[in-house]
Amino acid sequence: MVLPVSEREYMNVAGITGPLIIVEGVKGVGYGELVEIRTPSGEIRIGQTLEVDEDKAVVQVFEGTTGLSQRNMRTVFLGKTLEIPVHREMLGRIFDGLGRPIDGAPQVVSEIMRDVNGLPINPYSREYPRDFIQTGISAIDGMNTLIRGQKLPVFSGSGMPHNRIAAQIARQAKILTSEEEFTVVFAAMGVKFDVAWFFINSLEESGVLDNSAIFLSLANSPSIERIITPRAALTLAEHLAYDLEMHVLVILTDMTNYCESLRELSSSRGEIPSRKGYPGYLYSDLASIYERSGRIRGRRGSITQIPILTMPSDDISHPVPDLTGYITEGQIVLERELFNRGIYPPIAGLPSLSRLMKDGIGEGRTRKDHAGLAAQLFACYAKVKRIRSLAAIVGEEELSKMDKLYLHFGRSFEEEYLSQGYDENRDIETTLSIGWKMLSFLPEEELYRISRDDIQRYYIPDKSGD
Amino acid sequence: MSETGLTGRIVSVNGPIVKAVGLTGAGMMDMAEVGPYRLIGELIRFQNEIAVIQVYEDNTGLKPGDTVTTSGRPLSVLLGPGLISNIYDGIQRPLISLEQLTGSFITKGVKASPLDVDRKWSVDITAFAGEEIKSGIVIGGIMESEAVLHRIMIPPGVSGIIEYIAPSGSYTIEDEIYRVKTEKGIFSGKLANYWPVRKPRPFREKKKSTVPLITGQRIIDTFFPIARGGTAAIPGGFGTGKTMTQHALAKWCDAEIIVYIGCGERGNEMTDVLNEFPKLVDPRSGRPLMERTVMIANTSNMPVAAREVSIYTGVTIAEYYRDMGYNVAIMADSTSRWAEALRELSSRLGDMPAEEGFPSYLATRLAEFYERGGYVDTLCGTEGSISIIGAVSPPGGDFSEPVTQHTTRFVRCFWALDKILADARHYPSISWIDSYSEYLDDIKGWWTGVDSAWHEIRTAALNILLEENRLQQIVKLVGPDALPVEQRFLLHCAEIIKNGFLQQNAFDTKDMYSTPLKQMKLLKLMLKFFHEGNKLLGSGVELKDILAMPGISELTRLKSEIGNDEHEMIDQFEEKLLSGMFELLRNIKDGASGV
Ligand SMILES: Nc1ncnc2c1ncn2[C@@H]1O[C@H](COP(=O)(O)OP(=O)(O)OP(=O)(O)O)[C@@H](O)[C@H]1O
Ligand SMILES: [Mg+2]
Repeated sequence: MVLPVSEREYMNVAGITGPLIIVEGVKGVGYGELVEIRTPSGEIRIGQTLEVDEDKAVVQVFEGTTGLSQRNMRTVFLGKTLEIPVHREMLGRIFDGLGRPIDGAPQVVSEIMRDVNGLPINPYSREYPRDFIQTGISAIDGMNTLIRGQKLPVFSGSGMPHNRIAAQIARQAKILTSEEEFTVVFAAMGVKFDVAWFFINSLEESGVLDNSAIFLSLANSPSIERIITPRAALTLAEHLAYDLEMHVLVILTDMTNYCESLRELSSSRGEIPSRKGYPGYLYSDLASIYERSGRIRGRRGSITQIPILTMPSDDISHPVPDLTGYITEGQIVLERELFNRGIYPPIAGLPSLSRLMKDGIGEGRTRKDHAGLAAQLFACYAKVKRIRSLAAIVGEEELSKMDKLYLHFGRSFEEEYLSQGYDENRDIETTLSIGWKMLSFLPEEELYRISRDDIQRYYIPDKSGD
Repeated sequence: MSETGLTGRIVSVNGPIVKAVGLTGAGMMDMAEVGPYRLIGELIRFQNEIAVIQVYEDNTGLKPGDTVTTSGRPLSVLLGPGLISNIYDGIQRPLISLEQLTGSFITKGVKASPLDVDRKWSVDITAFAGEEIKSGIVIGGIMESEAVLHRIMIPPGVSGIIEYIAPSGSYTIEDEIYRVKTEKGIFSGKLANYWPVRKPRPFREKKKSTVPLITGQRIIDTFFPIARGGTAAIPGGFGTGKTMTQHALAKWCDAEIIVYIGCGERGNEMTDVLNEFPKLVDPRSGRPLMERTVMIANTSNMPVAAREVSIYTGVTIAEYYRDMGYNVAIMADSTSRWAEALRELSSRLGDMPAEEGFPSYLATRLAEFYERGGYVDTLCGTEGSISIIGAVSPPGGDFSEPVTQHTTRFVRCFWALDKILADARHYPSISWIDSYSEYLDDIKGWWTGVDSAWHEIRTAALNILLEENRLQQIVKLVGPDALPVEQRFLLHCAEIIKNGFLQQNAFDTKDMYSTPLKQMKLLKLMLKFFHEGNKLLGSGVELKDILAMPGISELTRLKSEIGNDEHEMIDQFEEKLLSGMFELLRNIKDGASGV
């Protein structure tokens, strides 16, 4: 867009509400234009226009408006949108929530400046993601496979080990057919310092910190800044993936905090709220983040996203997990009950899903029996859940012999298949054979989701029972 | 008549809603070009001297003072040969051409003709000069793809005497093909014409449809069928299978043309269609499915205003093929995202919100959309139909929200997706308890042609399923062993129907599509087992002996082991099963007489 190159400065701030300021007497200001707010003390904050009239502009200030005064504030309209420099050298560096270095090293110099909002990928230009990523975690690899280029969030609850799981994935993620390492872009929104520190440490321990870029908008930075943080991170990720052909793993935590910032911004604009006070456009806004992943035809790189979010009161129907689930390609859901029983990773058996799994597994990718095995495990585990609620009423003794077999299967499944160590890296063969071992607790007739071929080849009848 | 080429000046910009002055005299719903990048917009409202324009592209940088030029015609779709196999955004920009112009990312202001203007089509002319014609009359044809004959129709509103008509030959969409002398003067006819997206195309008369749209999906065809020209909604929480169901229908339903609208959903799902459809073969035409498909892809990250139009763009294209006499099926995934676009735009316009922030006209708009479906007598004298299948994505999976609720008022099939079934990976997770179809009576005759007992079979099977649901409530309290043996047997039979009939794997080559005959044969077999089993129980055979019979576990596998053209294998299986049952009966009789 051709914007006036010259900067224009105004001092007429007519109002400040929440993170917004209203500037009057402006002329020719563009929608979405970048604004610098300069205070008498020399501090510079940045903002963006949300609404422009003939003589008035509404500006959201990313560092927040705390400490700004209506008088003495100068607003400079820069005639361009919010851009950040992108460069390979940004790997190994730490940035604030707006993409400015905070690691003491000098500012990044790059010829390439990119609008943080990015551009939509032409749906026709996408390449369907199909490469299996082995995370070494059975619950994921076996039943909710992660694919290179997928967006697969972790739905967690407060206190549950979502960070450990994400770190374990970042450490162990591997493509079986290639030696290429993942480049990690990590964006923290509104989390405490120790969470950020945990990630930085774990990246360092696994020796990939130099190949990672970190964007931090921690709990103590202004909330409105978080609107930009995931976008800045993804802008760099897109450069690395689509210009420099890297395979980028983007971890965004915590998307619930991001959504709260958006809610704050929306309410200060006086917009009509939708569910739970979140704006009606939350879906589209989240999509403008999550859809910035995938693969593009003719380019080698990829962006795999693992957004993490905490479900307020573990409620999966809360707007943030709900709308996320409507956009992402599945979800890894953590379950309080498993967590309380000390099972790590406490990945819920039934509500977790990977939608890209179907095309990324099977013969030539993982193994021929993978899809049937996973479907059967899901079906049997669903039955376990039904039998458990029955047992809670009639008592376990009253159950039929078959139902008891299922309960045995269920316990083993949770304790041997789902459960594993934080440092345990299972290859896919191991995961599949544990799966078959679990099914061996059940009679062959129960395995109606698996082809006869595969049963013949892999099923190990359990003789101990009879 | 609106004035053409008015130029006004922007006074404010708020997201995709732009206000301008100086456009008094322009027509409502006229298309406009906005700002230096000539972004596509539409005049949606006039408030005194202020014109309100909805902009369909990313409008960052647009500012007060920029110009707006109206085109003098409403926002329209270009209809002509070349639609088939193409993929468009919500305002019919061709995504393949956009890629050639700007690469893998869509930049703003990029423009391209929806139809290839250079391509020469081989046109077969069937009308002649001097002939008297009127709207809808077919004057020739083009093989648009190996599967689709594109009939060239006189556009609505044109009638008179053909003064000139070109001979059969090769023409582009810009060449003059014919001239008609009309009352209003000479009309110059081309292969392609514009039609306003928001205006339904005319037809002669709506009719009742008596033929089902066969989808190959057992739970739909057998239990909750949709008629050709019917409307259906698929509501369900995230991940319950709306998109997969829509894909399965787009692949296997027996419509001649498919319009697939990806409205505010994922980019990769469109890629999935683009990858698969050219490879899959339509069982009827023997040609790749892509050759009967038009795609509209306005994904969730593309401009929200264009998402609002995408539905109309799709349905207008569908009407165009209906008018040629085809049965068209529209998949709209998801109408909830469309409704949300409506909500976002209306809130920026400052409209008074009704339920959950949606504008009060939500219901009217939904009704108007579904009303564009139907079975009709076309202007060209044939019959055509549009079936509309809309996905609904209720927040939190709660069907009591406004979009689901209003939609149920305007559709006659309701395929409710069930979270519990989806969690157990029972797909399609269409609930046999909450779903319904109001077309049963209309299409009964057709199904009776497949099997005279269709209605009885369907009812008997559904009753088993409903009875199972009731019994499960009791089982939850007392356990299954407290039930009488007949009821326990019924639970087993219901399980067989669920796993062996209702559940259908979209990825299994034999199972993904079932002919009506295979559906009937499978279900009859299961019912036979139920009835015969009950007789055995009555004669004193033990339940465990029935369930231990060889072949019982196979019952649930037949769907994926027997192909559509191997019906006799179902018969053979039935014989085997029955003789096994007879054996049991004989044993018991022998046992009895032996005592
Ligand atoms: N008929 C089916 N056969 C096999 N798998 C299925 C079927 N239907 C759904 N699935 C599985 O369920 C997953 C989710 O289905 P789908 O993408 O259709 O959900 P959705 O209802 O469209 O969700 P959303 O609202 O988030 O778009 C699929 O990726 C697939 O793994
Ligand atoms: Mg979907």
